[in-house]
Amino acid sequence: MSESVTRSRPDVSDTPLQVEGLTKRFGGITAVDGASFEVERGTLTGLIGPNGAGKSTTFNLITGMLSPDAGTVTFDGDDITGHEPYEIANRGLVRTFQIARELGEMTVLENMMLAPKGQRGERLWRSVLPGARGSVRKQEAELLERVWEMLDFFDIEHLAEEYAGNLSGGQRKLLEMARALLTDPDMLLLDEPFAGVNPTLEKRLLEHIHELRDQGYTFLLVEHDMDLIMNNCRHVIVMHQGQILTEGTPEEIKANEAVIEAYLGGDV
Amino acid sequence: MSETTTTLRRLWAQDAVKIAALLLAIYSAYLVSGLVLGYSVRGQLNSLASLTFYIGVFATLALALNLHWGYTGLFNIGVVGFMAVGIYVMAFVSKPLYGTTGAAQVGGLGLPIPVGILVGMGAAALLGLVVALPALRLRADYLAIVTIAMSEIVRFTFLSSTFQQFQFPYNLAGDTTRVGFGGGSGLILDFPDPLLAFIDAVGLSGAYDGLVAVVAGIVPNNPEPIVHSLVYGVVLLGVVAAYFWLLKRTGESPFGRVLKAIREDEDVARALGKNTDRFKIISFMLGCALMGLAGILWLMGQGAVTPNFFRPRLTFFVWIALIIGGSGSNTGSVMGGAVFAAALYQGPLYFQNVVTSVFQPGEAPSSFGPAISPLLSNFDPFPFLLYTLDSVRQLQLVVMGVVLIWLMHNRPQGLLGHRKETAAAIPLGRRGGGAGRSGDADAEPTAQTDGDGTGGVADE
Repeated sequence: MSESVTRSRPDVSDTPLQVEGLTKRFGGITAVDGASFEVERGTLTGLIGPNGAGKSTTFNLITGMLSPDAGTVTFDGDDITGHEPYEIANRGLVRTFQIARELGEMTVLENMMLAPKGQRGERLWRSVLPGARGSVRKQEAELLERVWEMLDFFDIEHLAEEYAGNLSGGQRKLLEMARALLTDPDMLLLDEPFAGVNPTLEKRLLEHIHELRDQGYTFLLVEHDMDLIMNNCRHVIVMHQGQILTEGTPEEIKANEAVIEAYLGGDV
Repeated sequence: MSETTTTLRRLWAQDAVKIAALLLAIYSAYLVSGLVLGYSVRGQLNSLASLTFYIGVFATLALALNLHWGYTGLFNIGVVGFMAVGIYVMAFVSKPLYGTTGAAQVGGLGLPIPVGILVGMGAAALLGLVVALPALRLRADYLAIVTIAMSEIVRFTFLSSTFQQFQFPYNLAGDTTRVGFGGGSGLILDFPDPLLAFIDAVGLSGAYDGLVAVVAGIVPNNPEPIVHSLVYGVVLLGVVAAYFWLLKRTGESPFGRVLKAIREDEDVARALGKNTDRFKIISFMLGCALMGLAGILWLMGQGAVTPNFFRPRLTFFVWIALIIGGSGSNTGSVMGGAVFAAALYQGPLYFQNVVTSVFQPGEAPSSFGPAISPLLSNFDPFPFLLYTLDSVRQLQLVVMGVVLIWLMHNRPQGLLGHRKETAAAIPLGRRGGGAGRSGDADAEPTAQTDGDGTGGVADE
């Protein structure tokens, strides 16, 4: 395991992410209605709810893709409400998308090389000026090593030179997560990482998530699949009609009548 | 046999070889058809010079547009606006002060030409910034609307009588001088010949005079203009090479990688912590400055400039050049510019020139009626053919439209097909390229060369 993936963190059970009274209206519809919750460090927290409960909107509000009408988002003690997505990502709160958003016309390697922070060559003059380009190339070589290690970790190194657009749905999810990890995040927001992923890959992806969580990463996971959430998360937040219906351990959620009513309908 | 084909294939994989081969083919086609039809040496040299000129300007413009559209996905259809600002501001800065030369209605600030070129490029970049700040926050099609509107605003601004002439301070004491943009009647570019000044500055005027003497051996009557335009063409090709170098380095870098990511999916780039607005603005301004320079190079040797030169169709010519070559590829942009200039822009006119000078077919009918009636009444096609030949300039646009439609249907990725130009400052690939991709003839050749013995083993 590489240095970039293995990270030692202070073993404190604080809450890096705090969401307070988050509200977002689209026209007459209130997609998120005063949602408040916290995510504990080093845990895998599940965010569930039926379709239209406001889970993805909540994600977009947290990561700055949308700005909330009311409420605050606090990350590592700083108010990040309404900050630009790139600022939030650079603070170490990185998301993946519900439908994998690979950069199709770029190879897997290019996708991965894009992610790391603090790339000297992102300054145009350093990349272009003859004297300055040497340091860019040096950093590129170091990044490439990290990229290969990450590809190895996710077992997708055989796809390295493939165009990302040619990957299968599951491979794209792996790529997206690997790419997000290369930004050196503290916390990952995964929006339905298992949608459209076959069971074998799903198992592998879950193993990776657990392994990373053991290393100290924090995860907030949006997922439809109840069983998956119940079996893998220590803490579960249930959203319904834009509000936080309840939260607790999987056992508590399973026993909660309101959740069964809202989420599973009248079938159970 | 097979060895020579592999050698040839390897050579072909080099982008410079591709471009050189294409240029060679274009020039030989022009030379051969001229020779076969008995074109005069003078006419031949002149047509080669203007061919080189148009290859140069369209290749530079296509390269600059490729940075916008091919790399960053910015839909700029206001190319002429940036060209116009480039040359007009350059003229404003570099024209001599009013009254020092006789011909011009208005003067300039009388600063050296290189200063004018830099200020012109800067002004084009600044206009790019002004356009970009509000428009880049919107989606691609809005940028398109804003840019084309801007290019028309620029044209009408230079046309307006308000800016035809006005007083402007030209020294620190605050004395003013009569300057202006000349309005609809145009602006005379009465600064010293830029090419000769350039040749003087680099100390090659002796070589230039020698070249004139050599050409005088072939064309005794007034050889200097021929040499002048040929040399200017060569300088332009040098500029193309400089653009190519600059944009290749821009593309093959972390900066270019972010641009590519913005083109593919801007939200992803932002979610990965990239301040995409910054990248888009820098890319847009750089492309605009390069377009401004292309405008300057196109027009500064022409003696005068009028606003109506900068009609939107010129923008679409550049787009056709880029589409022919395949957007996203610098090599393709140069080749597209060359093919467009040779086949679509200059080709029909050259054909017309050659035919009329060789066959001297006489007067063409003045309108469609007299052209078509002999064909219908007594099957005499000549008036119609003459009329067609005479209308080549108009038909040119039809041909371009047809070519564009054909391309979009059959070869949307352009001349070279799908290109892989890796966005990284180093070749990406594992330890000498173990996991090579198969079946892609155009794959990056440098990434999987057979190496010189060191690469494969050492890193194991």
